[in-house]
Amino acid sequence: MTETMDVTGSAIGRPLRRKEDARLLHGQTNWTDNIQLAGTLHMAVLRSPMAHAKIAHIDVSPALERPHVVAAFSAKELGELNGAVPCVWPVTDDIQMPPFHALAVDKVRHVGDCVAVVIANTKYAAADALDAIDVDYEPLPAVIDMEAALKQGSVAVHDAADGSLGTNRCYDFPLKPTGDGSFEAAVKAAGDDAVVVKRRFINQRIIAGFMEPRAVVASPMGMSNEMTVWSATQIPHVLRVLLALVTGLPENTLRIVAPDVGGGFGGKLQLYREEVLAVQIARHLGRTVKWVETRSEDMVSSHHGRDQIQDIQIAATKDGKLIGMKVDLLANMGAYLQIITPGIPLLGMFMFPAIYKMDAYEFSCTGVFTNTTPTDAIRGAGRPEATYAIERIMDELAAELGMDPLKLREMNWIKNTEFPYTTVAGLAYDSGNYEAATERALELFGYDELRAEQEQRRASGDPVQLGLGISTFTEMCGLAPSRTLGALKYVAGGWEHCTIRALPTGKIELITGTSPHGQGHETAWSQIASSILGVPVDDIEVVHGDTGRAPYGMDTYGSRSLAVGGQAIKKAAERLVEKARIIAAHQLECSPDDLDFIQGEFRVKGDPAKAQPLAAVAFEAFTAHNLPDGVEPTLQAEATVDPNDFSYPHGTHLAAMEVDVETGKVKIRKYVAVDDCGVQVNPLIVEGQVHGGLVCGIAQALYEGVEYDSDGNLLTASLADYLIPSAADLPSFITDRTETPSTTNPLGTKGIGEAGAIASTPAIINGIVDALRPMGVTDVKMPATPENVWRAIQAAQGGAQ
Amino acid sequence: MIPVAFDYTKPSTVDEAVQALIAGGEDAKVISGGQSLMPVLRLRMAAPSVLVDVGGIAEMNGVSDDGDHLLIGSNTTHHDVMNNALVKQHAGLLAMTAATVADPQIRHRGTLGGSLAHADPAGDLPTAALALECVMVAQGPKGRREIAAKDFFVDYFTSALESDEVLVAIKVPKMGDGWGYHYEKFNRTAQAWATVGVAAAVKRQNGTITEARVALTNMGPSPIRASSVESALAGASASADAIAAASTSAADGTRPTSDLHATAEFREHLARVLTKRAVAQAAGV
Repeated sequence: MTETMDVTGSAIGRPLRRKEDARLLHGQTNWTDNIQLAGTLHMAVLRSPMAHAKIAHIDVSPALERPHVVAAFSAKELGELNGAVPCVWPVTDDIQMPPFHALAVDKVRHVGDCVAVVIANTKYAAADALDAIDVDYEPLPAVIDMEAALKQGSVAVHDAADGSLGTNRCYDFPLKPTGDGSFEAAVKAAGDDAVVVKRRFINQRIIAGFMEPRAVVASPMGMSNEMTVWSATQIPHVLRVLLALVTGLPENTLRIVAPDVGGGFGGKLQLYREEVLAVQIARHLGRTVKWVETRSEDMVSSHHGRDQIQDIQIAATKDGKLIGMKVDLLANMGAYLQIITPGIPLLGMFMFPAIYKMDAYEFSCTGVFTNTTPTDAIRGAGRPEATYAIERIMDELAAELGMDPLKLREMNWIKNTEFPYTTVAGLAYDSGNYEAATERALELFGYDELRAEQEQRRASGDPVQLGLGISTFTEMCGLAPSRTLGALKYVAGGWEHCTIRALPTGKIELITGTSPHGQGHETAWSQIASSILGVPVDDIEVVHGDTGRAPYGMDTYGSRSLAVGGQAIKKAAERLVEKARIIAAHQLECSPDDLDFIQGEFRVKGDPAKAQPLAAVAFEAFTAHNLPDGVEPTLQAEATVDPNDFSYPHGTHLAAMEVDVETGKVKIRKYVAVDDCGVQVNPLIVEGQVHGGLVCGIAQALYEGVEYDSDGNLLTASLADYLIPSAADLPSFITDRTETPSTTNPLGTKGIGEAGAIASTPAIINGIVDALRPMGVTDVKMPATPENVWRAIQAAQGGAQ
Repeated sequence: MIPVAFDYTKPSTVDEAVQALIAGGEDAKVISGGQSLMPVLRLRMAAPSVLVDVGGIAEMNGVSDDGDHLLIGSNTTHHDVMNNALVKQHAGLLAMTAATVADPQIRHRGTLGGSLAHADPAGDLPTAALALECVMVAQGPKGRREIAAKDFFVDYFTSALESDEVLVAIKVPKMGDGWGYHYEKFNRTAQAWATVGVAAAVKRQNGTITEARVALTNMGPSPIRASSVESALAGASASADAIAAASTSAADGTRPTSDLHATAEFREHLARVLTKRAVAQAAGV
């Protein structure tokens, strides 16, 4: 069914259709919910209906009277099994890290907080029995707004009586250069020539919205002492370590399998409480326990993302040369710290200066607890927030200076001739060509024609105005050099592993530590290996997502899989060739140095008729009848690679936005995305990642936004109220790529999974604001719903009228 | 997303369906295409004891020409309504409105009768039925009765149907010559419910509007006729200015709610703008 081409030697760069698609599209999939083991018990979770309350009394025993119910637990019954879910990124020494148990102890702190569970023979019986659990909540005032949470006398999400500090201030992270490097000094030095623009941007909270809900099956029925855990997760390897730490189960008895996983977008980069509960209860009962969330549960209990208040100042000279920037963030942690909650805004810290040259940069971030669902990584994780702020304020600065926003960017970005370039935030960008990407984007967009049409519509007072939005973005991905992570107080590394086995029948088994959930690794990794081993793409099987078969890895997030995992594949494949070369030389009775390796076979230099294909070498290695002295049987090689640096993809995105000024409704007339992700292994997969990323970022700009009421009830609690756009709402994207290879990555590749999500949000909002600027509009609240756009117009015109 | 357990019965005649509803009592619920009811059950917002599936009742299917009106069986899907030649010829507004409902999958399952009986204030088809002055044919223990659209939609998710009545068919008066129509739906995504919708039917003679019907979606607990707009349009010239002037009263007498998609104030504003646009389209201006 697959239409992959049988190519050798040059598989990199080919737009092959994905190997995995036929199976996925025909429903021959193995989602976690499809795991059916005899005697499985089903778990249902009782969740808090209140944002903040004391659990005055709880009695799960009435649930036991219900049909088919096997067990029920609150924190009390779970006792020592009620493990604390860790946060692995304590960003400062004095960060407040309150305990976060699988089931809430004494208090609930957000709507959806886990209070109790019922275990029954069917999922229906488990769900039905939840309402038999007797809970008395004593409501406490809830704090939802970050600024209110920081005020003196605010109710504390984790108060002193709970053994916490009694403040909602989770941490303060300052990056404050002194002397000449300070923002203030830089502005002062420029004197009368300095223009400072200050804005407050709200980067609203969003939900990951993966199509497959979270699910886990924990089975203590494996061989020997094995506890097998199937989970719809992005991080089976990290999960194994964390579950061992949380549950106390020996790590060498835990096997984690991420079978087919239907999307993650960061939302499945997590150790979830329900995973801990399933494992602990399976262990306690000696039975298999399954839990599959409902969409309603997902909305309140899968982690949310973004949610920052950004106060940003940018300074430039009157002719547009950037002087410096100062950023002060409030970042909403939600009610608890999950796996990397506090670190997300700090990933953004590096990205505010983006592609621009300036001498001064200050940053501070305050993490804030509120009675809301915890936040954590969602596609881009910190970089979309930063990119939104910088690309928005560049437009505001251009307006203030009376400059074309594109000219202002061009004047300040790092020139192609200036790489490598160390930014004011301390990142060493290895390569980039912002000129080339921008030139191509302008060509595809028809910038001058659209500007002319904009003028015409303005002059005629057309009810539909046109605006042009620009986003010349970069990002940092390919997480990450382990030493850098250590310096940032992240408790794990950022390496990746690959093992390649040449099997006796000539087939190749490629074992990767990355864990795809929609990205197409099976195809792309085969292409990388094929290009080195000269074996057809279809003869390579990629094994992933099962710690039993792929024991080493750091999984998939942060656009790291190709950028880091790809390096491990290359190195392992090259090592395999070198091992095989020794065996081939022995067979062909020559020195290893006398062999060329071309199109999958070793050929004797000057005598190409004398050759041995890799498959034949693999068979020799298997029989071991005639191996050179000192060479061990079997043919396999492995590599574990720690990246030298992050990777810095970039691009220029342009959005032409039509704004109906009567109704506030906006339409994307044209969207051009020219991305530079270095060498493309599979341009078709890159195209898919760009499209998906664009939709994610555009959705934040126009459609998606989590809303709570003042009591902490989630108002956007279903997909009828939390609007995820479909293809029917979006235009056909015009895309292209420039290719500036990474110089720190042996394959020349950079990440692409998050680029679209990072770039597109500001492009869209800049386009809307550009359309409305003559009416006095300087910002539009996200998501830019018709009413938000209409109100921005009304507010701007209110003064004039 | 796990419904409470319920019984299920699938009668093959309207009489059997009524008997099943009587037997089921207050907690019995009719299901047809299930496109509105199933989400409600899965969210556990309702827990009927028995679902009476009317999908197998042959007489409730299809469209027939019945003289001065069309008779559309309640089970006729949105997809069939929007593509039916009779509907397109004689009640184009209904076909046009059906085409705006949700997405193709839902339009293949959801039914006209189900949508009307559900009486969702954000539903599009009740508004079209009100503008077209449709008549609902219901059958209960006491036999059949007819209910005019203006009396059928009572309140939020409440129709004039009794709990033991089945909506069997909808009588749709044929629009004669000289009528133009338009349904202007305003929503945030293609599949979303209407934030506000306006159904307009306008009869033109020479350059004058002789009669206009304007009905609004989601501007109160039930679809509502914008009667002051209708009076202002009657006898007005078919011009952009006259239509704009008449449309300024579109929100008069409405009671829209505020929700995540729009405040009441914005809905009132939208009603005025969209009425202007819908009427202009219907009048060919």
